Amino acid sequence: MAYDYKPYPYRRAPGLTAPEPRHKVLIVGAGPIGLAMAIELANHGVRSVVIDDNDVVSVGSRAICWSKRALEVLDRLGDVGARAVAKGVTWKVGRTRHHEAEVYAFDLLPEAGHKMPAFVNLQQYYVEEYLIDEALRRPEIEIRFKNRVVGLDQSTDHATARIETPDGAYELEADWLIACDGARSPVREMMGLAFEGVLFEERFLIADIEMTADFPPERWFWFEPTFHPGQSALLHKQPDNIYRIDLQLGWDTDPEVERKPERIVPRIEKVVGDRKFRLDWSSIYTFQCRRLDSFLHGRVIFAGDSAHVVSPFGARGGNGGLQDVDALGWRLAAVVRGDAPGASLAAYDRERTFGADENILNSSRTTRFMTPADGIERLFRDQVLRLAGQVPFARTLVNSGRLSVPCTYALTGADDPALPLAARPGSVAPDAPLGEAWLLDRLGREPVLLAIGRAAPKGVTVPVLELAAEGWVRARYLGGAGAALYLIRPDQIVAARWQDADAATIADAVRAMWEGRE
Amino acid sequence: MSLTLQPNFQDADGFYAALLATHKGLSEAESAALNARLILILANHVGEKATLDEALKAARATG
Repeated sequence: MAYDYKPYPYRRAPGLTAPEPRHKVLIVGAGPIGLAMAIELANHGVRSVVIDDNDVVSVGSRAICWSKRALEVLDRLGDVGARAVAKGVTWKVGRTRHHEAEVYAFDLLPEAGHKMPAFVNLQQYYVEEYLIDEALRRPEIEIRFKNRVVGLDQSTDHATARIETPDGAYELEADWLIACDGARSPVREMMGLAFEGVLFEERFLIADIEMTADFPPERWFWFEPTFHPGQSALLHKQPDNIYRIDLQLGWDTDPEVERKPERIVPRIEKVVGDRKFRLDWSSIYTFQCRRLDSFLHGRVIFAGDSAHVVSPFGARGGNGGLQDVDALGWRLAAVVRGDAPGASLAAYDRERTFGADENILNSSRTTRFMTPADGIERLFRDQVLRLAGQVPFARTLVNSGRLSVPCTYALTGADDPALPLAARPGSVAPDAPLGEAWLLDRLGREPVLLAIGRAAPKGVTVPVLELAAEGWVRARYLGGAGAALYLIRPDQIVAARWQDADAATIADAVRAMWEGRE
Repeated sequence: MSLTLQPNFQDADGFYAALLATHKGLSEAESAALNARLILILANHVGEKATLDEALKAARATG
């Protein structure tokens, strides 16, 4: 059934009557990134105002593939993660076909011992609805719908936004402004910031259809399917009997013509055969990979699509944005509280531009494979596909999307190479079952020292979680070692690790973490 | 393993003849496609990134 878009209540802003006291944080954009940002800051005790020019959740499914890491981030935001998993379609198998023959299949194989699945498909509007529900419960958050930024100014210690509402305009001051206002970011435009990158000369039709069908919860991708000759296509299941269909159209097509339902419906009929369906939403888009040179501009911070955009098929847009939230929340909260210097935010910029570059690299390679230029690029692409149906090695070259996994930040925290590579500094702390509970749930909102198979040294100043050296914890954190100490940041990233260290060494690593030391 | 540009064929003349024979009867486009598959097959066999990088560089530099 079609999603029921309920407008959220608009209220007259106090700033229309009298100047408001300066706020701590103003978040522009109540999409998934802005809302998650507000809740994450509230988790750390920081108040914020969120403004959005609209009063409904995302129109159309837009971001649909939520990665394990994104679900872990959402899981720290009240019940959002749990609701997303309960409602969403959990999947792990992808099939890639050339013409009609399968050339490559992957199983994202969530090895046992993780709370969250590899991927869940869920329309962006549901994620936004759950985030709004949670945000409205938090006393630290005020959401102002139908409030649109039309002007921006900043000094050394605050930003001033000029905001238009149905009742007129007002100005709002905040110590920090976070621009989560999407790929076409008005804040970025107002600041005149360059958004450099690549536009790929390709057009895709993206459509949600409602259809009763028994397609399994798998990702089906076709190169040159017989129902859509010479192009590529994707079919992916969402809840409510909604299916996402992506069809490559080619650069020569006219988007104004292609977006007409009388053009779209026959194309979809070729994909789904004689099944009955209802067209729920559609859009025509081009592929772009761009990012801001820096995500920090004085008192204005960029997160999500306003900071970086990638072409789809890697699930790296929404998931990348939630990792921005993860990397920024605890740091900005510490700065607002006065516990960390403003300069520590440089570490956010460093880490997330690195993450964005990795996402852009992967997405660009996928796009290149899916939409080869005429000549040698197409020759190699076609021969890879031809080989892939016949010899195993070529399947590794078939690229219909390398799905989002978190990057490992280049941290300089202490490391012991005898410990497992996957848990090295800069990585997300791997989850593990602890009886009926989960390790990630036990980490909390402060830095924590994991003392595994040993006691923590005396005098440690951060909370300690002692864990037995057994099961998944042993496999993921010790490998062949007998015991270890892991310093985990509030965003669940491994900051440093040792087999043995004294309290002074650990205290220095904690300081380095808060300072964002390179 | 690093790339060798020294003679390494067991039977250089035999390979050359076999290469030509493999292309026999193919159109120019079919030959180009066969060459592409051959490169991919050999590259996978080599596997090692450093060697492949050297080979790509050597091919470009000798053109």
